[in-house]
Amino acid sequence: MGASGRSVRTGFKNKNRRKMQDQVATAAFWLASAIVTMILAFLVGYIALHGWRSVDIKFLTSPAKNLEGGGGIGPQIFDSFYLLFLSMTITVPLGLGAAVFLSEYAKPNRFTALIRLCTETLSSLPSIVVGLFGLLVFVTYTGFGYSLLAGALALTVLNLPVMVRVSEDALRSVPMDLREASLALGANLYQTIYRVVIPAALPRLVTGIILASGRVFGEAAALIYTAGMSSPPLNWANMNPFNYTSPLNPLRPGETLAVHIWKINSESLIPDVRRVADGSAFVLVLVVVLFNVVARWLQARIYRKMTGTRAVDLHAAS
Amino acid sequence: MKRQRLSTKEAMARFLALCCVTVVIVATFSLLFFITRKGISTFTDFGVRLLEFLTGRVWRPDRLPEEGGPAIGVVPFLVGSFTVSGLAVLIAGPLGIATAIFMAEVSPVWGEKIMRPVVEILVGIPSVVYGWIGLSVLVPLVRQYLGGLGFSLLSAGLVLSVMILPTVTSLSCDALKSLPRDLKEAAYALGCTRWQVIRGVLVPAALPGILTGLILGMARAFGEALAVQMVIGNVYSMPRSLLSPGITLTTGLTMEMGNTIDGSLWNSALWSMALVLLLFSLGFIGLVRLVSRAGGYRT
Repeated sequence: MGASGRSVRTGFKNKNRRKMQDQVATAAFWLASAIVTMILAFLVGYIALHGWRSVDIKFLTSPAKNLEGGGGIGPQIFDSFYLLFLSMTITVPLGLGAAVFLSEYAKPNRFTALIRLCTETLSSLPSIVVGLFGLLVFVTYTGFGYSLLAGALALTVLNLPVMVRVSEDALRSVPMDLREASLALGANLYQTIYRVVIPAALPRLVTGIILASGRVFGEAAALIYTAGMSSPPLNWANMNPFNYTSPLNPLRPGETLAVHIWKINSESLIPDVRRVADGSAFVLVLVVVLFNVVARWLQARIYRKMTGTRAVDLHAAS
Repeated sequence: MKRQRLSTKEAMARFLALCCVTVVIVATFSLLFFITRKGISTFTDFGVRLLEFLTGRVWRPDRLPEEGGPAIGVVPFLVGSFTVSGLAVLIAGPLGIATAIFMAEVSPVWGEKIMRPVVEILVGIPSVVYGWIGLSVLVPLVRQYLGGLGFSLLSAGLVLSVMILPTVTSLSCDALKSLPRDLKEAAYALGCTRWQVIRGVLVPAALPGILTGLILGMARAFGEALAVQMVIGNVYSMPRSLLSPGITLTTGLTMEMGNTIDGSLWNSALWSMALVLLLFSLGFIGLVRLVSRAGGYRT
């Protein structure tokens, strides 16, 4: 308080100096924001410009090469989405269940505090640590080896706290009146949650899931030692998930786009690293931005539908 | 009869929710347990002294017995990790806080329309993409204008600063926006200029939130692996300046974990490094908890 108190007093005597300081500060704040905006503009422009030149249909569909140039990222794109799907089918029910517990059943006691401490701890762990845990437990102890399933489980550990938080926020945003009305009509707690609270929270849940998906889609550090760094030759005609060459087999190794960018830069021998990395980064960022745009659009649309007003609270679920 | 069935369902639903919560708890504790168990085997099974590990400046787990045997000192990694994450906070801190003040106070309209989407997209860009741009743009720039190889602690710090910028900005902005209007209005009523209000009232009142942003930003930088690995050069010696290449805990783990045999001293030393990383991350959360309890404005 000392410094500020002094500046207020002296400032009163030197009105001009005070004004000038204020103007300089204002300019500095504008400048800082301009710098941040320019950094983003540069990043997006750079990725778009270089990426656009590298991407064509062949690049997006053909498999990667290990030694010579001309490889594509087809399997990597498939693996990224498939891994996201696998991980989300585990994470979403678990996260929603835990969120239902926290928002509907839990009383403010030690057990609840423990759950919060756990989600907080999990959410702050470096993803490489989660990856190493996955290597130990999901790859080695279970005997799966480097596999999409192990990768999906590691992503689940990484994403679960986010999912719990997002779902809990969504459930808590449902007005108490709805619950009370449902209970007053004779529904029990389970019916109220299942038929009233979750449907009412659905828009926010979906938005939260899409935003979380965007983050999972770009994850790499947790995957290099769980899902592996290669995609085996895949037989696209084989859709039997229990067959090794089938793309749908969750026990085969798989390499996501993000891992691919890292791998070709750190240990690959292909001559056209630049082109492949530019193209992959472009696709990656495009998908992530798309997820964000869809989530925002959905939220604004549903908000309008439910309230009849324009969205003012676009970011509450993010 | 019907009542009976419903209450069974009720109990089932409750039990299911409890199971999900249990999974969260079990996952957390098993992670802590397994990493700790693997991490301490260096000291329990191989008899390496803890002090030697924490203060050793040489990392050569494969050194031959005639040269003095394996040396596993974690100091170069710690120095690297703290230098790059500290650098990132030094750059992203002022920039992020200034942007947050802009969004919350100077121009909320522009803040909401332009800066918030900007920050959200910055969060969304995957870390490997930051690493790739750092590698293809920043590294050559550093090499050309500042000398050295370009692969350096400085490059890593710069890449990380962009990565943690959104964390610092959005948390600071939230902290500033959550302050009650009375505070600000009282200060303006006393005749303060906006700068005086910001510096004398708003920033001190929002300090815990701003500090939380800085600490979480630092934690994120500390734990980032691949983006740093791509630009830091990965050299296992003590760095001499910001322009020399280095290594961090995370990049060391990324580089070596796949090349070691389970059960060897080398492998076990890497798990100890993972444990150190884990403990620092836990330390950062502890710090956040402390900060959010102390000081700042209370209604």
